[in-house]
Amino acid sequence: MTTTAELMDYAEVVERYDPVLGLEVHVELSTKTKMFCGCPNSFGGDPNTHVCPVCLGMPGALPVVNGTAVESAIRIGLALNCDIAQWCRFARKNYFYPDMPKNFQTSQYDEPIAFDGHLDVVLDDGEVVRVDIERAHMEEDTGKSLHVGGATGRIHGAEHSLLDYNRAGVPLIEIVTKPIAGMGERAPEVARAYVTALRDLLRAMDVSDVRMDQGSLRCDANVSLMAKGANEFGTRTETKNVNSLRSVERAVRYEMTRHAAVLADGGSIKQETRHFQEADGTTAAGRTKETAEDYRYFPEPDLVPIAPTREWVDQLRATIPEMPWQRRKRIQDDWNLTDEELRDLVNTGAVDLVAATVDAGAAQADARSWWVQYLNQAATARETELADLAITPAEVARVIALVGSGELTHKLARQVVDGVLDGEGDPDQVIEARGLKVVSDDSALLAAVDEALAAQPDVADKIRGGKVQAAGAIVGAVMKATKGQADAARVRELILERVGAA
Amino acid sequence: MSDLTRLTAAELAEKIHTGEVTAAEVTQAHLDRIAAVDGDVHAFLHVDAEGALETARAVDADLAAGRAPVSPLAGVPLALKDVLTTRGVPTTCGSKTLEGWLPPYDATVTRRLREAGVPVLGKTNMDEFAMGSSTENSAYGPTHNPWDLDRIPGGSGGGSSASLAAYEAPLAIGTDTGGSIRQPAAVTATVGVKPTYGGVSRYGLVAFSSSLDQAGPCGRTVLDAALLHEVIAGHDPMDATSIDAPVPALADAAREGARGDLNGVKVGVVRELSGDGYQGGVLRSFDAAVAQLKELGAEVVEVSCPHFGYALSAYYLIAPSECSSNLARFDAMRYGLRVADDGSHSAEEVMSLTREEGFGAEVKRRVMLGTYALSSGYYDAYYGSAQKVRTLITRDFAAAFEQVDVLVSPTTPVTPFKLGEKVDDPLAMYLNDICSIPANLAGNAAMSVPSGLSDEDGLPVGLQIMAPALADDRLYRVGAAYEAARGPVLDKLGELEAAK
Amino acid sequence: MSNISRDEVAHLAKLARMAVTPEELDTFAGQLDQILDAVAEVGEVAGDDIPPTSHAVPLTNVFRTDEVRPGLSQDAALAGAPAAEEGRFRVPRILGEQQ
Repeated sequence: MTTTAELMDYAEVVERYDPVLGLEVHVELSTKTKMFCGCPNSFGGDPNTHVCPVCLGMPGALPVVNGTAVESAIRIGLALNCDIAQWCRFARKNYFYPDMPKNFQTSQYDEPIAFDGHLDVVLDDGEVVRVDIERAHMEEDTGKSLHVGGATGRIHGAEHSLLDYNRAGVPLIEIVTKPIAGMGERAPEVARAYVTALRDLLRAMDVSDVRMDQGSLRCDANVSLMAKGANEFGTRTETKNVNSLRSVERAVRYEMTRHAAVLADGGSIKQETRHFQEADGTTAAGRTKETAEDYRYFPEPDLVPIAPTREWVDQLRATIPEMPWQRRKRIQDDWNLTDEELRDLVNTGAVDLVAATVDAGAAQADARSWWVQYLNQAATARETELADLAITPAEVARVIALVGSGELTHKLARQVVDGVLDGEGDPDQVIEARGLKVVSDDSALLAAVDEALAAQPDVADKIRGGKVQAAGAIVGAVMKATKGQADAARVRELILERVGAA
Repeated sequence: MSDLTRLTAAELAEKIHTGEVTAAEVTQAHLDRIAAVDGDVHAFLHVDAEGALETARAVDADLAAGRAPVSPLAGVPLALKDVLTTRGVPTTCGSKTLEGWLPPYDATVTRRLREAGVPVLGKTNMDEFAMGSSTENSAYGPTHNPWDLDRIPGGSGGGSSASLAAYEAPLAIGTDTGGSIRQPAAVTATVGVKPTYGGVSRYGLVAFSSSLDQAGPCGRTVLDAALLHEVIAGHDPMDATSIDAPVPALADAAREGARGDLNGVKVGVVRELSGDGYQGGVLRSFDAAVAQLKELGAEVVEVSCPHFGYALSAYYLIAPSECSSNLARFDAMRYGLRVADDGSHSAEEVMSLTREEGFGAEVKRRVMLGTYALSSGYYDAYYGSAQKVRTLITRDFAAAFEQVDVLVSPTTPVTPFKLGEKVDDPLAMYLNDICSIPANLAGNAAMSVPSGLSDEDGLPVGLQIMAPALADDRLYRVGAAYEAARGPVLDKLGELEAAK
Repeated sequence: MSNISRDEVAHLAKLARMAVTPEELDTFAGQLDQILDAVAEVGEVAGDDIPPTSHAVPLTNVFRTDEVRPGLSQDAALAGAPAAEEGRFRVPRILGEQQ
């Protein structure tokens, strides 16, 4: 049944069609407990150890709303410039699935806690695009199923399945955009930039881990095309399984080229769920459902309405930190950065990291240099996000301080950082373990200096004769002899001392 | 038969707390009674003799050590409806789908009973998942009315009320979604109270219709019900719909009422809860009760609640809708029955086959009815409209309680019918709850107290008293006054005894 | 207003995940029709100005503090399971996809 999709050249796609996007982002909140019960909300753990009668959907158990999750939902709504509902309810979304213990999801239907907002998104070239937000609502996550047997370990062909409900009931906020139209060829980039901006915002607010790789931030991308000049949206597909920022852009782009090929061929797009395949950047159709879904929503009778008072909302508004883009503007001014320097900082995702490194005592130029250059290269080499590198801003600041005090050379500092990234411990532990101390014992150094001078008497003479810059060759020899562990400045001083030129 | 089983809970408590008898003796007497008569009555699905005696002995040890009783009912045993979870003790809800399930946790009501030193004799029979008015929908066979073993004991909590009428327990817990405490109380000549919604925690009450379900006390006297009500009531942080307010002094209200003075109390007779469809003997019993209330000094007026006539229809949309969702969890994945897991069926097929096998006809009927009423395209006409009727009924109550302190009506339109008589006619069966449903829809408190026997068939009739939300104490004052004035309803249990 | 067909009952049974028998389809079609006829009157009572009541208590903003409470051990969680394996609930193969 699988057919290799025909694709249209991207340039032609955007020449003939206008893409319309709709992005649904699910965010797992980083509350201590689940949405409706007191079980720990933490990633991992032995299966079925973070469970209780409530999140296992046992007969008789009742939900009680986590107040902190509601606060996070309101704060997210406020940060997205949404209106906050004065009165809203939870609703039951009824459908059967084994990973959902009650066979309904407690969610919000036509009364979301936050609605009608927007998020300003900065594209790579600095252009700002406003994405309108339809709603942000509260709901709960499902458990996880493991499919056993069959060739691939995936759902198809499995012999049986195993269910773990540790994740069941984890608080989720679903953030839904209004249709994003008029973006033309930049649509895929806008999609990525939007999810990036949302991630940065949620991270700044400290409401979620926002780890796409762990599923605490998940994006479903709705894509449709309309022919140029048309005024009705085309049929959309919803692509799931988009597990990285880069994938968001790829998935949108792929669906655009696929839709266009189908439409140009006189075909029609089937409204369906598709799955993004990380390996080749394509999407594949999900199983077709026999019957249209009818979720039979109705107000959750076990939970009473939420009616946030104005005072409460105002209090929460006061807790919203400076938004990442406002912060960037301020940082540019404070640090006196050119647009280009700021863009490097933003594009590498280093703003918060540099700021935190500065907060930990480093000079901003040093901090910026480390994150944007060496660490950014390391992230690329390790195929991870800068923020996900196994080094903290405080550790970077420590390395910078050690360089500043002469205890590390730049070369050694990079080795220390590599050690930290490889999980060998904090910088001091790495220095200790790898023996990366700068040799500061002058007697040992002097021996090396004397040896180098003796080996190159002509150079020693030149220095003695006043050609101080010739000392570089001796410094190089000493550094070589000490395997780079000496402080070059000190070596230079000793050389000059030794030949009597100091 | 031991005399101990004929005593009220209040009397038993006094004898236990003064050391005249031990709690273990009282519990054993009731276990013996159960052993003797439950083969005929079938009030119990599970008897937990060891658990009950253990609690009783702990109470005795406490008293022997000179400590004060942990509650006014410490040591007085009780029958618990099988819809409330009991840790490690079977909880079936009268359904095959939960056969053999041992809950890993106690309902809040169960916990409070344990903390109050109340020995739980066992779990009582009920219509499957509390859906029914006759206990004939139990997967484990019907309960028989001790007044006439060929007749229904009411439902869904027929087991709890029958256990009281058969002197198998002095106290029982029921749950009331549309009348499942009050209607069985009426047809067994016992007392049953549906507290204000939110007054007693629903945590661990296996949900039928979440916005209507309420657990409540059952006893043979109004005072006994009040004492039990005080033990189980009060705010519970595990139930978001639980009311965080002090419980009114209910036993005090019952004691005050028993002095027989209702001067200054205004009683409203609900015009819409009588007339066509009501048995003559029921109406005559009701009229006599109203006359008695007047004699006690109450001012009686007729009030109109014009939307009560729509209550039954609204109920039969709301309750099935909520139940279709609440019962979705019985899917053979995590607990309970699983059939056809032979490797040839998918999880989805096993779910469908198990639900088909595990649910009885009435449950399936209501699940489908509710699924229909919530479907897109029908929601507004059915579920949405029913929720509006609910608003109108609540307003009717509010307007009536502007004029009067309590409302009265018959509890049921007819006396208990024969087992099997209405089992194939769901609509006729549903009519049993016509008087009790309005209080569930509005969430206020209501009681059924025996009003004697119908003059045409000699079977029990109940008087329903309704009070505003959070004014449960009014039920006890008026109910106890009436009970004291009326005197004991003829006890026919001697006949059951003779048949042994 | 209702006239519920056998096919509709079959669709409802599917939505509700109950493998009802053909005989039940016939019985339920008749009974649901009868019941729906009887209760359809709710649509005639209330005007647009009447708000629906979803809860019988006038409560709002009932929240729990975000504190961990003891739950069930893995053994207790799985004790009632029809089948378990490796600390997980074992179920037959799942055909459909997650929503």
